[in-house]
Amino acid sequence: MREGALALLRLAAVALAAPVVVAHAATAQQLLGGYAAQATREMPAFTQFSAARGAEFYRAERPRADGVKAGCAGCHTADPRASGRTRANKDIAPLAPVANPQRFTDPAQVEKWFGRNCKDVLERDCTAQEKGDFIAYLLSVR
Amino acid sequence: MRRLEIWRGAVLAAAVLATGGLLAGHHESGAARGNGSGLPPVANKPWQAECGACHLSYHPGLLPARSWQAVMAGLERHFGENAALDAPTRDAITGFLVANAADRNDSRRSAKIVASIAPGATPVRITETRYFQAKHDDIGAGIWKRPAIGGAANCGACHRAAEQGDFSERSVAIPRQTASAAGAPVKATK
Repeated sequence: MREGALALLRLAAVALAAPVVVAHAATAQQLLGGYAAQATREMPAFTQFSAARGAEFYRAERPRADGVKAGCAGCHTADPRASGRTRANKDIAPLAPVANPQRFTDPAQVEKWFGRNCKDVLERDCTAQEKGDFIAYLLSVR
Repeated sequence: MRRLEIWRGAVLAAAVLATGGLLAGHHESGAARGNGSGLPPVANKPWQAECGACHLSYHPGLLPARSWQAVMAGLERHFGENAALDAPTRDAITGFLVANAADRNDSRRSAKIVASIAPGATPVRITETRYFQAKHDDIGAGIWKRPAIGGAANCGACHRAAEQGDFSERSVAIPRQTASAAGAPVKATK
């Protein structure tokens, strides 16, 4: 009788906890699905994301209007598995999920950083394809 | 006999009061009143999470309210980088900074900072204030460039209790030239 009650209690605890976890975290695949849908709307010719394109995007150094060359590696280093550094000398946790499993689990955070960093580096918003390629590349890093 | 007892009682009372005074003095650095070397302890989740993502979450008591308003109104051009926030978060953090600003709290350090800023000036960098410059005039350019420090924006590299608003001398430890950047005490929040 007691065991049954305990099992029921455990089941209830799991059942109650599960939706809370799902509500706050997305998987990278879910994020990519969202960006894929957006990419199709932006560019009907879009087929799929490419880790190779994403790697090129990550490594590119582009001159900005102020003449300064900017790229992801400036803060995140050439190796996305490594910790980066902000201009105020603070550590940035690695971008690659293989080194930092928290990456790409919070859509709001992902959008916030794309919003800021794309405007800093590219001086415009990133397209959905660029975002998806970028994530696909980082997911492929071992 | 009575006189002796009164005398003893007076000495005892004086000793108790004096001890109490000494003990009170030791409570400076984390005191809720925020006097002595400590800025008043503050906590605010969005401030720590958002501002602390790229640098020390600078204690609001380090600049006057008008300076914080200026900083928060220009986040898209935040010292050369885009630090834009959604409006509700930005407004919440602004409210917190203004409410705890140097000209809104009663700590001695904040009062000195405010006194060192001309009434018409709105510095957006803590390092621009005369108070900061006077306090750091003995730090040579070479020290700022040490790998573990990197520059004056990285308070926590030397002020080991900066996150608690404690900038007292006793909590200062300047990293050596050979200390690696990885040895810096500021932790990543992401």
